[in-house]
Parts: sequence; C-alpha cells; structure tokens
Amino acid sequence: MRTLTELAPEASQQAPSPRAETGSGAAGQSRIHESAVKHVTGRAAYIDDIPCPADTLHVALGLSPVAHGRLTRLDLEQVKAAPGVVDVITIVDVPGHTDIGPVFPGDPLFVDDEISYVGQVIFAVAAESYQAARKAVRLAEVEIDEQPASLDPVAAAERGEFVRPTHHHQSGDWEQALRDATYVLEGEQFVGGQEHFYLEGQACLVTPSEDEGVVIHTSNQHPSETQKLVAEVLDIPFHAVTAEMRRMGGGFGGKETQASPWACIAALIARRTHRAAKLRLPRAEDMRATGKRHPFHNRYRLGIDDQGVLVGGEITVIGDCGYSPDLSDAVVDRAMFHSDNAYSLGQARVTGHRAKTHTASNTAFRGFGGPQGVMIIEQVMDDIARHIGEDPLTVRKRNLYRPGRDVTHYGQRVEQLQLLHDLIGELEQSSDYWARRQAISDFNRESPIIKKGLALTPVKFGISFTVQHLNQAGALLHVYTDGSVQINHGGTEMGQGLHTKVCQVVARELGLDIERVRITATRTDKVPNTSPTAASSGADLNGQAAKDAASKLRERLFDFAAEHYRLDRDGMRLEGGALVAGQGEAERRLPWAELVQAAYLGRVSLSEKGFYATPLIHYDRNTGKGRPFYYYAHGAAVSEVEVDTLSGEYQVTRVDILHDVGDSLNPAIDIGQVEGAFIQGMGWMTSEELKWNDAGRLVSDGPATYKIPAFGDLPPVMNVKLLEGHPNSQASIYRSKAVGEPPFMLGISVWSALRDALASLADYRVAPQLDTPATPERVLMVAQALRDAQGAA
Amino acid sequence: MTQTLTLTVNRQAHELAVAPDTPLLNVLRNDLALNGPKYGCGLGECGACSVLVDGMMARACVLPVSAVVGHEILTLEGLVIEGRLDPVQRAFIEAQAAQCGYCLNGMIISIRALLNHTPRPSMAQLRAALEYNLCRCGTHMEILEAAELAVTINAGESLEAPHE
Repeated sequence: MRTLTELAPEASQQAPSPRAETGSGAAGQSRIHESAVKHVTGRAAYIDDIPCPADTLHVALGLSPVAHGRLTRLDLEQVKAAPGVVDVITIVDVPGHTDIGPVFPGDPLFVDDEISYVGQVIFAVAAESYQAARKAVRLAEVEIDEQPASLDPVAAAERGEFVRPTHHHQSGDWEQALRDATYVLEGEQFVGGQEHFYLEGQACLVTPSEDEGVVIHTSNQHPSETQKLVAEVLDIPFHAVTAEMRRMGGGFGGKETQASPWACIAALIARRTHRAAKLRLPRAEDMRATGKRHPFHNRYRLGIDDQGVLVGGEITVIGDCGYSPDLSDAVVDRAMFHSDNAYSLGQARVTGHRAKTHTASNTAFRGFGGPQGVMIIEQVMDDIARHIGEDPLTVRKRNLYRPGRDVTHYGQRVEQLQLLHDLIGELEQSSDYWARRQAISDFNRESPIIKKGLALTPVKFGISFTVQHLNQAGALLHVYTDGSVQINHGGTEMGQGLHTKVCQVVARELGLDIERVRITATRTDKVPNTSPTAASSGADLNGQAAKDAASKLRERLFDFAAEHYRLDRDGMRLEGGALVAGQGEAERRLPWAELVQAAYLGRVSLSEKGFYATPLIHYDRNTGKGRPFYYYAHGAAVSEVEVDTLSGEYQVTRVDILHDVGDSLNPAIDIGQVEGAFIQGMGWMTSEELKWNDAGRLVSDGPATYKIPAFGDLPPVMNVKLLEGHPNSQASIYRSKAVGEPPFMLGISVWSALRDALASLADYRVAPQLDTPATPERVLMVAQALRDAQGAA
Repeated sequence: MTQTLTLTVNRQAHELAVAPDTPLLNVLRNDLALNGPKYGCGLGECGACSVLVDGMMARACVLPVSAVVGHEILTLEGLVIEGRLDPVQRAFIEAQAAQCGYCLNGMIISIRALLNHTPRPSMAQLRAALEYNLCRCGTHMEILEAAELAVTINAGESLEAPHE
C-alpha cells in the first residue's frame, strides 16, 4: 500500500496544476457549496431538524448557581414526581467513567461533591416533553456550602494554582541579550476571551440500538471522541457506539471537546429508558455551561537595538483555563508558539502558565491560543515604533524573519522566508499605505476630536496539530455500478466548506464532474478513530486521505482497463468523465460509467479506503524544541479607523487584506473563510465582551448583552485578495494551505489602528495601553488618560 | 390550556390543538414539520427563526401562536412555488452566501420582506433590513452580494409576472 507520505516532494511538484484537465467543479475552482440548495430551502438538516422517534424523551439540566462550593444536599423527589418526568439522573447513576476529561482527567460528567463553576451540571431530567423537563428542573432542592470563587487568573498564577504544569521555550542567553540591548521595553496586556456563539447551539439526539449500544446524532467537531467518551460512560465497548454528524450550524472550536457531555448525558438516558433522548441547550445555558476562548494576561521584557530590532528577552503568558485542563495545555502551548508571530525574538525565553479559575473550562476557539500569543508581539511592535519614533510598519518589516534570523524560539526554521516580505510589499502598494498615512497625519493635526488610525499587521500561523498523533486522517470511497461516487472521511462540516473541497479532490483524481461525487455524513462506523476537525487541518488531512483512496482506485481501474481492453497502460488517464488511453490517432476514450460497469463484471473492487499522516513534524516537550508545524500560512491586513475621542465610539472605515492559501483548493470558499475570520477576529478585538459578576456568574449570556459583529459593524470598504504565485513549499494537498484559523488574527489590525488613532493624542510619542476587547468605553478611558497626561505635561 | 386554532401557513389552513401562548416557531417546527425557521437564541434577537406574516418579517420564537390566527404565514419552504425557488433563494445560491447556513433562513426572509414593499431598495436599505440578523460565520459580504443580486432577479421577474 502506498501512502502519500512516501511521495517525494519533487514528485508532487511535477503534478499538474490544480486547474488543469479535470471535470467541472474539480479542485482549484470556485465550486458552490455542496449544500447550497438545501440551505436556502430549509432542507439542510441540523440536529434539531432530524425527525425524532415518537417516544423520544426530552432532557433538561440542573445547573449549579454558584461558582465554588460543596454540594451538601440534593433532594430530587419532587423532580421525579413532576408531571411527565420519566427519569432523573445524577453522578451515582453513571455505570462507567464519571470523568469525561478529553485529554487529562478533571471534567466530572455531573457534580459529585465539589462545585467548580456556575453552570456545572448537577443532574439531568428526562420527560415526555421539553417543557415538562424544564419545569421539573426547578423543583429540585439543592443546598451548597458556598466558598469564595477564584476568578483572577493572575492571582491564581501567583498562588501556583494551575490546571497543568508551566512550560518554557528558550533560545540562547536571553538574560545576556537584555544586558546587551540598547533599550529594554516592558509591558503587559489583558486579552479578553470570546464566546463561540455558534448560531446552532449544542444539540444531540441519541437512540438506543441493538444489544447494548447507542446511535448518536450530534453537532460535533470530534465524533470519534464522543464515541469513546459515551462508551466509557456507559461502560460498553467502542464498537457498540456510533456517532453521526452531517453538518453543524457553526463550531469554531466550541464543539471540539464540549459537545461530548451532552451526548454522554443523553446516551445514559437512552440506555436507561430504552427510548430516544434529545438534548438541546437553551442559549443562556449553552453560554454559561460551556467554555470559551481563553482570556490571557501577557507580560514582556524585551531588548531592542538602536534600529528597533528585537535582540531578546522574556515573555510570560498566563492563560485563564477555567476549572479543568480540557485542551488548555495545547492552547497555552500555541500561544507560546505564536508569541513571535512573524518576527524573530532573538535570544528569548517564553513561559506559559495555565491558571485555574472557577469558570467553565475554557477550550478551543479558532486560533487556539495563537491569537492571544500574537497579541503580545504586535503590541511590542507598536511600542517599539513609538519608542524610536518610526512608523509601526517600518518597525514590523525590520523585525520580520529573514536570512540569518530564520529560526523560531522553539527551534523550527522558517522555510518560506521571503513570502511575507513580498506579501506585505504588495499589500502596502495595493492599500496605498504611505499616502494614507500622510493623509491621516494631516487630518489628525487639524481635527481635535475625531482621530483616524491606520495599521498593517501580518500573521504567520503554524499548521498542524501540536499533538502529533492527531495529524492523521482516513477516507472511504465507493463507486457504484452506475458510476456515481460516494466519499466519506473523518472531517466534519461546520460551514468551512470542507465537504465541498473533498468532493473537488475526488472529482479531480477521477476526472469527473463534481455532480457525480456525493459526500455522506461523518460516521464513526464508516471511518474510525478520526481526529477532531480543528487546527485548520480539515482539508489538509482529509483531502489527502480522499486523494489516497481515489488514486489507488484509479490505478486499479487502469490495471483492469489495460488488460481487459488491451490498452497501453502508460499515459492512461481519467479526464472529462472518461478513461483516455493512447495519444493522437491511437487515442481511445471509454466513458466512466462503462468502465465502472465492466470493472464490476470483471470482479474488480470498486471500493477503497485512504489514509494520510502528516510527515516531518516532531516536538520534544522536555527541551521545548522541534518542528511542530508542517508549514506556516501567512497574511496581512491594513485597517483604518475613525475614533470620536470624546465618546470613545469608532468605526472601521476601510480594510485591505492579502492572504496566503498557497494554490487555493477553492478560491470562493477561501475568500469567505478569510473574510469571516477577519470579522470574527475584529469582534474579538472590539465589541465582544464577556462579563462575569463578582460571584462568578456570566452576565453576558445572550445576544442582547454579548455583541458579535453585525451588518452595521462591517467596514464600508473591504478589499480581500488571495496571494498568487506562492504554492505551498511542502507537498500539501495540491500545494494549498489551511485557511480556517490564520486570517482570524488579521482582526488584530483593527486594535492596532485604534492604538494608532489614540497615540495621535500624544503626538505619537506614547504607546497607549489598550486592553481588549477595545470597547468604546475602554477607548474613551484611554483617550481621557492621554489628554489628562498631555494637560499635565 | 390547549385550544383548537386554525393557522394559515404556506397557503394552507391547518387546524391545530395547541396552547395559545406556544411560540409560533415551536408550532411550525414540531407540529407542521417546517424546519426552515431555526431556533437560535429564543429571544427574538438573532433572526434565525424569521417568518413572513402578511408579507412582513416576524420573529417566530417570541410570537405566540394565538397572535397570528387569521394572518398569512409564509416560511422558507413556502417561498418555493411548484418547485420554483424564489428569486431571493436563487440569489443566495448564486452568490454562495452560505457558510454554515444556519442564519440563511432569517436573511432570505428579511430580504423577501423588504422586496415585498420596496422592490428597488438601495444598498443602505438592504443593510438596514439585515441589521438585526446575526451571522457568526462572518459571511456578511456574500449575503449583501446575494441581497443585491436578489433585487436584480426579482425586478426581472416582476416584469414578467408581478410577485403576489
């Protein structure tokens, strides 16, 4: 068996260009979403749309009202006696594992004794109707010995309260670098968290199956993990559990580990009652019970030379992990890996703490800690610029990785060194950066209240799961005797267009029109032991696995055709819906359906599985060194803002983006991903503010109090382009690059532009401290402080 | 208390035994198996549940079913007439406006409602019509493109056969 990992890079480089000689809609083209018609007619089924069996039970949850304490009494007699109630369960009703921590232990399915956050599940009620279940929950008598809640991650870190051990990266003698530096800059920042606000909330429907098993329909980025956890909770073998997932109404990381608890609870009910069980969280409960993007507190002490180039120093990040490890080890690692963003830190030590607090367990969210890491060094770039009196863009360009400064603080060499220089140069031109800079300076001199700001920030984002074993994928390809093709793979569709891209890969490999290729729901009984659809890796991994399956099947059909039709095996190809053999006069074409039919009669298998494992990557946790990433994806954005410094209100007036996706698998999908990620990143930086009260209760628990970007927040001018002429230097699927997460960090340009506008209040000599989200309130306070300081001076 | 109510949904009368304060969304989804309108926030704030009531946009998750007796309710499914998609639906396919697709019901209904009384809206009017519909994937630019395209397609068809 041949896997793609064995392909030499040279061999892949000679592959035809993605747009060449394939059926319509094949890879490289802007093919419409495979669900487009279903989406606009209401026929695209999400979990809540699946018809339920007539006897389905509806589940509601009893959640903790306090952040920290001990459960001293739980009386559920009235709940059990309530009309319509069929089953009520707590921790004692779990036959198998009671801890469903995905990587490390620490996530009890139900409260046992200790309560760790507001929204933690204490019990579950199953009733004949959803309303009956909800009403019954309120009849519980719960007594809790409440204790003070720890809600400040910095204080927690000082007390050594961590969910996982502290980790370091170190390159060279950072202390000497600080001593040798011309200037030393120090600073800190608070970076806010973010609610996923997937429009389709957490939901699942579980039906009992034959023997002791269950079938789980779940809105979920990681069906295999849910299968495992449900099996362990029920104490049954994995093969008795099937998880199925067709599409999500948004995931963004929030359904990677945090879709499983609901499936486990519904599965328990289904097994106990022998009836289907449906669990769909109401929005406010969803927001309270599930973790978010980690808030971070970052500090730095970095030395620069007289040109403003980093020579080294130290960076410390503290991730607010909430009450349990969940994925926080890898999230804080990724913040550390990205604390350099696109710039060489010189001789540096980076330290990452995983603080424990009494909130829901913070989790994956698009960028996975990377954005919080990038924030540090982007603040530093602006700070350097103010310190040495040069434009921030000049400072950024001067600090980019370059020959001689091309190894990261964790030991990975940056391969496409010139790419970001070229990309920034092109964007500088197309966005007319310098002319606008001049115009803005002129405007600000004349305008005392309204101030404009401009910033270009880049991103360099490492692609691969930093947990090495997750970098694998499988696919299952069936060709039926009418020539129609069905492809299944381990990735899940959450709106990112993964299924469309994988269909395009198969269409290209088999030379077919994409109409012939259909994708089916992700199921653990079709492709087993899959990785989460996360880390931007969906198309990279599953596209390669699908390609592996399709190319193996193609070779088998060539062997058959060569023998059966006595055709020349050399130069045989599949294109335009036919097998083509020979050249010129001797060329023969055989329609695909005919070939398939003949192969079937010739007893040739028309089914194939594919597999892929990412090559080259490794990382040694003991030394903090390695090559954790297969490659880097890049981009840059220029944002312009206009701030009313008397109210703090502002508008993003123009955005220009140039982004690197290698050779795009589907330019329309990729542009959509870049825009969407930017808008989500802009929301994280500006309006999306999570608020907990002093008792640790999330008070921003709905769209009225938690503001995601809406149409009115869109920049009136938004120019988005994909970088051309830079195929991936690694042999990724058709030399494309991952696109899900990297452009999220382009939203940071809005924050940097706001700082730029504010700095104008102090004639650009001060780098104002602006924590995030940079709400109008925060912007106003900074403006006020700058004015006061100017007045005092 | 359950009552027997008659609802006109997608040009058909339905007799239903429901509590009068039941949200219209629940009745549409649970009793009539119309899954176009979605549950998003349950507070009338995200727009995923939108339907047309007498041609105007309404939030089905906060609208008691008793309030729409005697009115014409149209859901996403009802925009398809004899297998032919509404111009707005066709525009959303053409402009590749979907990422996860969950918000699209509300976006399409809102644009349909706008076009029902303002057949030639400006870009500002299109933006205003969508202002209270949330999309988390950030596919706003494509949705706006779809909305503009919908205006063109709709105007073209109105010349042939005026809408409603």
